[in-house]
Amino acid sequence: MYNYTEFDEAFVRARVAQFSQQVARRIDGSLTEDEFRPLRLMNGLYLQLHAYMLRVAIPYGSLDSRKMRQLAHIADTWDKGYGHFTTRQNIQFNWPKLSDVPAILSALADVGMHAIQTSGNTIRNVTADHFAGAAADEIDDPRPIAELLRQWSTDHPEFQFLPRKFKIAITGSPHDRAVTKAHDIGLRMVRNAAGDPGFEVIVGGGLGRTPLIGHVVRPFLPQADLLPYVEAVLSVYNLLGRRDNKYKARIKITLHETGAEALTAMIEERFAELRRAYDGTDQTLLQEIRAAFSHPVFKTAPTEAHYNAQVNDPAYRSWADTNLVAHRNPDYAIVQVSLKAHGATPGDATSDQMRVLADLAEFFGHDEIRISHEQNVILPHVHKGDLPTVHAILKKAGLATANVGLISDIIACPGMDYCSLATARSIPVAQAIATRFDELDLEHEIGPLKIKISGCINACGHHHVGHIGILGLDRAGVENYQITLGGDGTETASIGEKAGPGFAYDEVVPAIERLIAAYLDLRLEPSETFLMAYRRLGPAPFKAALYPEGNRHAA
Amino acid sequence: MSRHFTPKVVTANALIEGDVVYLTADDRWTRQHHEAELIEDEAHAQLRLLTAQAQKNLVVGAYLADAKPGEAGPEPVHFREVFRTRGPSNYVHGKQEGALNV
Repeated sequence: MYNYTEFDEAFVRARVAQFSQQVARRIDGSLTEDEFRPLRLMNGLYLQLHAYMLRVAIPYGSLDSRKMRQLAHIADTWDKGYGHFTTRQNIQFNWPKLSDVPAILSALADVGMHAIQTSGNTIRNVTADHFAGAAADEIDDPRPIAELLRQWSTDHPEFQFLPRKFKIAITGSPHDRAVTKAHDIGLRMVRNAAGDPGFEVIVGGGLGRTPLIGHVVRPFLPQADLLPYVEAVLSVYNLLGRRDNKYKARIKITLHETGAEALTAMIEERFAELRRAYDGTDQTLLQEIRAAFSHPVFKTAPTEAHYNAQVNDPAYRSWADTNLVAHRNPDYAIVQVSLKAHGATPGDATSDQMRVLADLAEFFGHDEIRISHEQNVILPHVHKGDLPTVHAILKKAGLATANVGLISDIIACPGMDYCSLATARSIPVAQAIATRFDELDLEHEIGPLKIKISGCINACGHHHVGHIGILGLDRAGVENYQITLGGDGTETASIGEKAGPGFAYDEVVPAIERLIAAYLDLRLEPSETFLMAYRRLGPAPFKAALYPEGNRHAA
Repeated sequence: MSRHFTPKVVTANALIEGDVVYLTADDRWTRQHHEAELIEDEAHAQLRLLTAQAQKNLVVGAYLADAKPGEAGPEPVHFREVFRTRGPSNYVHGKQEGALNV
């Protein structure tokens, strides 16, 4: 875990002091809302449907027990006793009072956290593979690179007023768990023929109203060239990006309008200039950062407890089957803690649950916690001998739902229950689907399936890359839900295809049920997942299931 | 003949809490939709909106929302405005938590 240097600490404290004064000036009337709004957005403070919302950055989704306990403390002291983990690996507090926000930011600074650049047209929180440093399939730990990018991008004077927000994701594994192809810049660690580590650089991916898979601008970028290259991409975008139309302002549109070849050439030209300005200081800094991410000292202890529990306890076995992932140390496992209990709000954790997770990380997990973009919590390093104890404690806290990767492990944005941009609700749709398939006791039979729900076209719920995507819209004053099929956010990324006309709020669950029944009927064998079956068969049989009355509705 | 005007209420968010508020006929901000002034004239609506927008230190983002007369007072028309009168659907938070007075 990276700890703040004196410089970081002073910078964050100074920002808290500035924003505290800005809040005071807003409250005493010296600042109008028009003047205050950009200032609060720079500090992650939104005004939503029913209250303010503070979005706190969790850099590349990494936390330790101290930070998690402080989030619990904030939830209890200034909010309603819970927090919402987001698809950018951040946490949102839904009920802060404006006058309390300075105290919250100060409490965050106490543990080396902040809300800077979680909003606005800047470089947002850099996201990373949530199994970083633990995954068995990893080339290298992406977190030091993500931290380098965080330091470089925080308050970077050239990139505080970009044409639009800018999102970077990084993965160190060939299996892409960071949705790198749907980011403004996606970085995938690769090795060249000589075995040197570097990055495949993907530019211009994104979801939102114009979903696009990113374009590879550099198949292999040497690791040492990362910052000048990323700076070159941002610099070209900053000049070319459309500031006249916010719907065309993301780099994906710039790439589309300029042409991939021309844009790549401009990036390379700018890179050649910038590279000369880098004297190696960034690499020295990277080495210092790497030291903060040295791997934990893994213990050697008996692992039988895990294997015995798998045999003797069906609930444990079920949880182990879905929620554990192979660790690079065979005596360890990566524990995925589901924040998707059937019927609960996806991504929400109570302050008590946060403290349980902090305790587990401290006592059984080398003090590491990750937040996944799929809105779950990860304990990346748990010894197999400790797993039954961890499971028992999770179970008592309502955190042992054995559903990671299954139909009830749904990504859902806050939707119109909280968000002022939303056009329909997402959370109750997710709750209803999860509850229904739990009643049917079908989800383990269905197997791996990703449902992702957004409450508006901005696609915070990643619906375009859901195997089944659901998009909530306002159709003539009524909530209406459009279904997309065949999306994929991994290394085999694809954008889901719209299935047909939308469904009314109470028609969504029956529609999903028909879709799943069709899949179970069509699959060749249980190991053929929904996505595999969709790719083999194409949309026709699935559309037929969604619209059993044929073409009558299909106009 | 003038075109039909859908009745309106003036609504905004309170500056400190962010809670949804409505402008009353006697120039107060209430947290209850049914206490709002139901405005049935377009010109009057614009004036009331200006009055609201001038109160920069009390409220944020004032706008006119469609409403209709009801038994206890004005009722919201659009589902978004219905949600704003009570709070989120996943927890008993917001206005539904208890009777909040101004």
